[in-house]
Amino acid sequence: MSSRDIMLATIRHAISRPAPDGLPAVPPPGDLPAYRRRLDATGPEIVDRFLERLRDYNVHVEVLDSEAAVIAAATARLAALGLDRLVIPADLPAAWRPAGVTLVEDQALDHQTLNAIPGALTGAALAIAETGSIVLDGGRHQGRRALTLLPDYHLCVVFAGQLVGLVPEAMDQLGRHPARPITFFSGPSATADIELDRVVGVHGPRTLDVLFVTGPTQPREF
Amino acid sequence: MSNATFTSRAAKSLRNSQLRRNINKATTTIRGKTARVTAELPDWEALRLAGREIKRSTLAELDKHLIALEESVTRAGGTVHWARDAAEAREIVVRLTKAHNTDQVIKIKSMTTDEIELNPALEGAGIRPYETDLADMIVQMGREKPSHLLVPAIHKNRVEIRDLFRDQMGSHGEGLSDRPTDLTKAARAYLRDKFLETRVAISGANFAVAETGSVVVVESEGNGRMCLTLPDVLISIMGIEKVLPRWQDLEVFLQLLPRAATGERMNPYTSIWTGTVPGDGPREFHLVLLDNGRSKILADEVSRETLHCIRCSRCLNVCPVYERAGGHAYDSMYQGPIGAIVTPQLKGLEEAGSLPYASSLCGACHEVCPVKINIPQILVHLRGKVVESKRETALGKLSGENMAMQVASRLFNNQQALEWSLWAGRLGQKLLTRDGVMPWLPPPLSGWTLSRDFPALPEQSFRDWWKQRENGK
Ligand code: SF4
Repeated sequence: MSSRDIMLATIRHAISRPAPDGLPAVPPPGDLPAYRRRLDATGPEIVDRFLERLRDYNVHVEVLDSEAAVIAAATARLAALGLDRLVIPADLPAAWRPAGVTLVEDQALDHQTLNAIPGALTGAALAIAETGSIVLDGGRHQGRRALTLLPDYHLCVVFAGQLVGLVPEAMDQLGRHPARPITFFSGPSATADIELDRVVGVHGPRTLDVLFVTGPTQPREF
Repeated sequence: MSNATFTSRAAKSLRNSQLRRNINKATTTIRGKTARVTAELPDWEALRLAGREIKRSTLAELDKHLIALEESVTRAGGTVHWARDAAEAREIVVRLTKAHNTDQVIKIKSMTTDEIELNPALEGAGIRPYETDLADMIVQMGREKPSHLLVPAIHKNRVEIRDLFRDQMGSHGEGLSDRPTDLTKAARAYLRDKFLETRVAISGANFAVAETGSVVVVESEGNGRMCLTLPDVLISIMGIEKVLPRWQDLEVFLQLLPRAATGERMNPYTSIWTGTVPGDGPREFHLVLLDNGRSKILADEVSRETLHCIRCSRCLNVCPVYERAGGHAYDSMYQGPIGAIVTPQLKGLEEAGSLPYASSLCGACHEVCPVKINIPQILVHLRGKVVESKRETALGKLSGENMAMQVASRLFNNQQALEWSLWAGRLGQKLLTRDGVMPWLPPPLSGWTLSRDFPALPEQSFRDWWKQRENGK
């Protein structure tokens, strides 16, 4: 017998015993207590909550009223930070590409090369207001995971139309393509491992900036 | 391990005031944060119930879900391995690593790899494992054991950590100060080299979805993302109880875990991956399913729900015994209330039979557990088993204790009965107490006091005090 067969046989033996008196029976799947699957709030309230969460995380956010404002905002922000080189996914829209910086399209760059580039500019799959999370799934305008992991700076464009209220709403959408590699980020990486002093920025980008576009929005399908 | 060993290890910790101060600070901070972010969700209670029911129904058909997981992971390009025990899991990981002709691996925090004592096995095979979680790295450099589930290096101060880094980080440790920001920066640079040069990574898993084959790692530092993304080969080890049937189940646990663990609305980074994806991440993915005593726990109807645990460590942070004794006293990577029930069941009562006594049965752990594990009930159940096995050798000697435990076991089946009996006990004991200790008890509890003094119940139970304290906030 293989280990697999032995383990399965042992498990079957273990669970074949009846539940003892007083313990509730196993409920059929789907019959779960009613937790919230949607945030009961208006659009502006959801936006406000998201922005408040980002500020809690000390994320620099700029709210733009249209996609047309992305280039100017990105250009100004990068200039202020003194960043002159960014890696971008090959499908990043021309309408987001800032001026005055070198943009390196990711055509299967090796890790060392990515590691030497100071910043990345991408879009997102969606964002969650309740938790202040931005989620990437390698879909449109996001690139592969290493692209937003090795550079020390990440500038992320998020549209109000990509914002959901609660985690279950996000999982519903992500569940359309569950096989994609998914990363949630919610605030900067952090550690309190040394005497419980909170230190921000351990691995991954130490700075996350968000351009949040409220106006006419890019299509939501992903 | 005998009863005396938990006590003697705990006594040693109690003398170490730095450790006590640190743990106190840790638990107070985390307690406040978790209380705040769990209270702010109007459906926190419903999420807990949902979490418990998902775990309960999953375990009831565990074989089915594991087979489904194997199928979906395989379909997505991964390979599934089955490990009955620690030795088999070690053998699998060492073999897979060696097949890639490498002499080092990077690791992301995983209690499962500690449980199977993987590092010595790798070292024995000439493979150097690098822990990449900051605290685990510190513990590894100091050649020690972790002292806390979530903050494993809490027993080390900054000067000690600086000395370790200066010693062991080569150029990254030169001239290093003891400021936590500088120490963290040095670790970032040192580990970045490791992340880029190492071809095999080993991780644990917080959850795995049978329906899709997706595996989830929840973390704070980003070393997880590095390990899961950069190497060519990823080997993840998970206890068989971590499987969830459906994708949708994640939405419950991704809310429960961060809020209960670190008191955050969401942890900084969560990674979900499914098999392998061309052009993104490892080219080879292995998932090791580990039993190592879990099916034995599954077979015990009372303690089965031990396997619901999502390792948030919230029960540690509210445990008055843990707060005083410290993590090292549990002599295991599983500590505090959950350790007191997991370790004896994994290691056996002969070896860890004192741990079920490492509790005052105050019930605070049960009250806060995000998946509502009735830890006091399981402790009492395990104590009964310890007594039973003792009685087989020293016939009838402890029958009073045995009976007391059976009484308590009945009481703990029901929350209200417990509260009532503690209240009744506090009133009743006024008649019996001498110098704060009850020298004798009415039968059937009297047999128990022959071997030890029963500490007087405090005027206000921990639970009452806790409720009052949290409400007062
Ligand atoms: S027993 Fe409950 S509270 Fe303790 S670590 Fe496990 S899930 Fe968390």
